[in-house]
Amino acid sequence: MAYQHIEYSVEHGVALLTLNRPASLNSFNSDMHEEVRDALKSARRDPAVRCLMITGNGRGFCAGQDLSDRNVAPGSERPDLGLSIEHYYNPMIRALRSFPAPVICAVNGVAAGAGANIALACDIVFAARSASFIQAFCKIGLLPDSGGTWTLPRLVGQARATALAMLGDKISAEQAAQWGMIWSCVDDGDLHETALACARHLATQPTQGLSMIKRALNASSTNSLDAQLDLERDLQRLAGRTDDYREGVAAFMAKRRPTFSGH
Amino acid sequence: MLKFLLAETPADGVLLIRLNRPEALNALNTALLGELATLLDKSATDSRVRAVVITGNDRAFAAGADVKEMAALNAVGVLQDARVAHWARIAAFPKPLIAAVNGFALGGGCELVMQADIIVAGRTALFGQPEINLGIIPGAGGTQRLIRALGKALASQMVMTGEPISAERALQAGLVSEITEPELTLERALALADTLAAKAPIALQQAKDVLARAQETHLSGGLAYERKAFCLLAATDDRDEGISAFLEKRTPTYHGH
Repeated sequence: MAYQHIEYSVEHGVALLTLNRPASLNSFNSDMHEEVRDALKSARRDPAVRCLMITGNGRGFCAGQDLSDRNVAPGSERPDLGLSIEHYYNPMIRALRSFPAPVICAVNGVAAGAGANIALACDIVFAARSASFIQAFCKIGLLPDSGGTWTLPRLVGQARATALAMLGDKISAEQAAQWGMIWSCVDDGDLHETALACARHLATQPTQGLSMIKRALNASSTNSLDAQLDLERDLQRLAGRTDDYREGVAAFMAKRRPTFSGH
Repeated sequence: MLKFLLAETPADGVLLIRLNRPEALNALNTALLGELATLLDKSATDSRVRAVVITGNDRAFAAGADVKEMAALNAVGVLQDARVAHWARIAAFPKPLIAAVNGFALGGGCELVMQADIIVAGRTALFGQPEINLGIIPGAGGTQRLIRALGKALASQMVMTGEPISAERALQAGLVSEITEPELTLERALALADTLAAKAPIALQQAKDVLARAQETHLSGGLAYERKAFCLLAATDDRDEGISAFLEKRTPTYHGH
């Protein structure tokens, strides 16, 4: 599939997905959704991919849904927003959360509405100092979607999540980092390199082990301690069978740097 | 000899049967079903087989029947379908049957799963009866076994909408007894089979028979049937061995008589 609204490339084990509708602050329309869906599928199937990085072109990261794509003229039929969530946003969030390798997000500018929650669904989020996060939904009569009502309370706690969702205040990257909403706030000029270096590092690490860390942490939000202990046992059983575990232990014993294959 | 199945003996007393039509997501054509019925028939009288595990592959346990084959049958053909006899032979298998389910268990695949005594499912497995989408209904126990396992509302929803349920939901509803990480499903089923293979074979067969009777009869009839089976076991050597080993605090060794 040839892409018009995104850029996609794979290099050094990193699949780099760049949202590319800068004139509309990379907001989503159906075509961009289709392209992102296709790219995520390719990345998932590509054995060379051991890390995924998502970022945006231009001054914004992603402004969420392109509202010019929504017909809300008076007298027209009221829209079924659930349809596009069911068809596009939810599968995208599920694809990111279940992506079998780390997902890095470099938030290069404003992340608003679904754009903010797509970023927050990634595993490790870097943001440029000038970037910001806005749960803009409340200002047009909606609630945070794309997992926002699930991820926000887990990242910043119920009190801050509620205020963010109800007030729709703009949160700076620095504030987001201080609150633990994202991993790190970096100077604008360093964002891309810093995030890419992290992605390239992760692409050399034990991919299956990292994937299992993600699975277990994901599950911990809904599991009881008992169920989580069982899950840790099962995943550790699998992790212990990987080549990378063997390599990791062998390298440690031999006091050398390990070379991980991702298997 | 076997065209659509792979048979292995991963441990003493354990027979592992893999459905093997990967190109068709293990769709259960008549030949496959016939092979399975014949293999289970043979295993029923083979004292080396004490427990059977049946599985598919990572993508599918079995994604249904062979639709093209079905389409070729008119009403008389359906009436005289050899599959009916194959299914009856599978249902009559008297030893422990464990299903290890990953991926799709749909239509005939779901019905085959329900023939198993114990069902272990991978977290990503899907169970469903999508026959209604083809203008037909489940024809190998789907409507009957599902409603007994899940209750009316969920079984009706599945059969009438054709939409599948997740492994998590299947566990919650009682269709399966355990869910595991998909990579460990078969391993867990084989461990269970190993456990069963070490138990008294006649006791297991009686247990299976009596449990099946619970679906067929009223409580007092079932209790009487259970009592008879209980008395029957008192005549076996394995029962003496089991009780002696317990009292002597040692592991019993059963011989199947």
